[in-house]
Amino acid sequence: MKKLTLSTALLALTASFAMAGSHSVVRMGTEGAYPPYNFINDDGEVDGFERELGDELCKRAELTCEWVTNEWDSIIPNLVSGNYDTIIAGMSITDERDEVIDFTQNYIPPEASAYVALSEDADLMGVIASQTSTIQSGYVAESGATLLEFATGDEIIAAVRSGEADAAFFQGSFLAPIVEESDDLVFVGEPVALGGGVGVGVRESDGELKAKFDAAIDTMKADGTLNELLIKWFGADQNTF
Amino acid sequence: MFSYCSDPDALSGLSWLSCYLTTGKHMAFYRAFGTVLLLLAITAPTALAFGFFGARAARSRFAPLRWVGKIYISIVRGVPDIAFFLFFVIALDQAFEWLRHQVKCPDWNEPIRQGNDFVVCQIAKLPLGTAPQWVHETYGFFLAVLTFAIVFGAFAANILFGAMNTVPRAQIETAEAYGMNRKQAFWRVLVPQMWVYALPGLSNLWMVLIKATPLLFLLGVEDIVYWARELGGSKTARFTDYPHGDWRMWYFLALLVFYLGFTKISEMVLDRLMTRLTRGQATMGGEAQRKAAA
Repeated sequence: MKKLTLSTALLALTASFAMAGSHSVVRMGTEGAYPPYNFINDDGEVDGFERELGDELCKRAELTCEWVTNEWDSIIPNLVSGNYDTIIAGMSITDERDEVIDFTQNYIPPEASAYVALSEDADLMGVIASQTSTIQSGYVAESGATLLEFATGDEIIAAVRSGEADAAFFQGSFLAPIVEESDDLVFVGEPVALGGGVGVGVRESDGELKAKFDAAIDTMKADGTLNELLIKWFGADQNTF
Repeated sequence: MFSYCSDPDALSGLSWLSCYLTTGKHMAFYRAFGTVLLLLAITAPTALAFGFFGARAARSRFAPLRWVGKIYISIVRGVPDIAFFLFFVIALDQAFEWLRHQVKCPDWNEPIRQGNDFVVCQIAKLPLGTAPQWVHETYGFFLAVLTFAIVFGAFAANILFGAMNTVPRAQIETAEAYGMNRKQAFWRVLVPQMWVYALPGLSNLWMVLIKATPLLFLLGVEDIVYWARELGGSKTARFTDYPHGDWRMWYFLALLVFYLGFTKISEMVLDRLMTRLTRGQATMGGEAQRKAAA
């Protein structure tokens, strides 16, 4: 009996060693409020460019992936404490973020951010709305304008419409469909290129997962499927690889 | 949901609305009301139990136990709720995982804290990385329940502590004169009589608890406030079959009606409970009931 218990314990131990380190299920963390990158569709599922890209990357890297949504504000703290394994949420690669987490190579080339306002002559040095802890809000703070921060992209548009902010400064590809469909909003000034593109965020201690995603992104860049996806979701004007 | 919903662009008026309000996303919104009610149904008794033990500890004749009770009550009451909500969920989760890690992976030789990362072995993860999403959600929900119970339990403990001390001393003396020991006097005389003194405070706490449920959203549980904000935000036609402008006001109005209705019903139930508990008590309310009956 004793022998049996011992051997089961040993077996359990070796099994656990085999499991440790490798991911059996990779939990993909996203925001779910940032179309066309990621959003919750009518069925309540995560959808968008990053959903399609992430599923393809997981297929190529032979990983089982599961999608979870998390508030943008706490998306990095929850990654490092291990609630999910990746951030795939339109997050631009910046030096500040790189100190806390690691990024794979970019899957969207560096792209332009733009101002949106109710009229062409809006004061871009006045009150500018942007989303909290984004590359754009950092830029506004440094530009000398008064920064007004909101938790979601949707709220910054509402702030411009209500007159709370003179203009909004945000990622161009998020703003484009909104401006296109609205009869009041217009792009103002020149677009500004910021950051090193968008990449998948992983924990610094998770080099293995980073390598797998890097390799998968490589193959998607090589066979042109990444460019097809980019054009499908962001339109023909999108910068491609 | 309905057969005519396959082409929303062709719909208008009520039929559009009926399709819009029955999308999968709206169903998640309706389920979230269930989440909130379930949270209240589990948290209220748990917090009351925490409060009862806290109050008993604070009245204990054994000094260290008394200190524990008093410290629990004063610390939790003194710190802003929101700080506790943000602290407990992360701290409890990491504490559980750390404990499991110590038990399950004794041979692990890497540090648990690597810079900013909190890394435990895969089988110590809670819930396991392989667990389906609903397990993660349930776990998050119970962390939330536990946090609510700890915070509201401290307030309940203070209320019950006061109520236990308010029961007239003469009642306990009479019980002792009948030959009951301390334990019997506590359970047979003090506990049944204290509720009438505790109820006004507890009903306050219940109301505050109802109104505190939107904090769930802070804890990562997708509650009604999350869905109201998500559904109410303006939608462009490229990403949904039901484009609309900024409707957050209407969704929040619905939440307002829900919370007002729920607190109103609670008030009615609590009033009846108070009438029942007052019966036969040596209080002004009890006296008034006696006179009305005579």
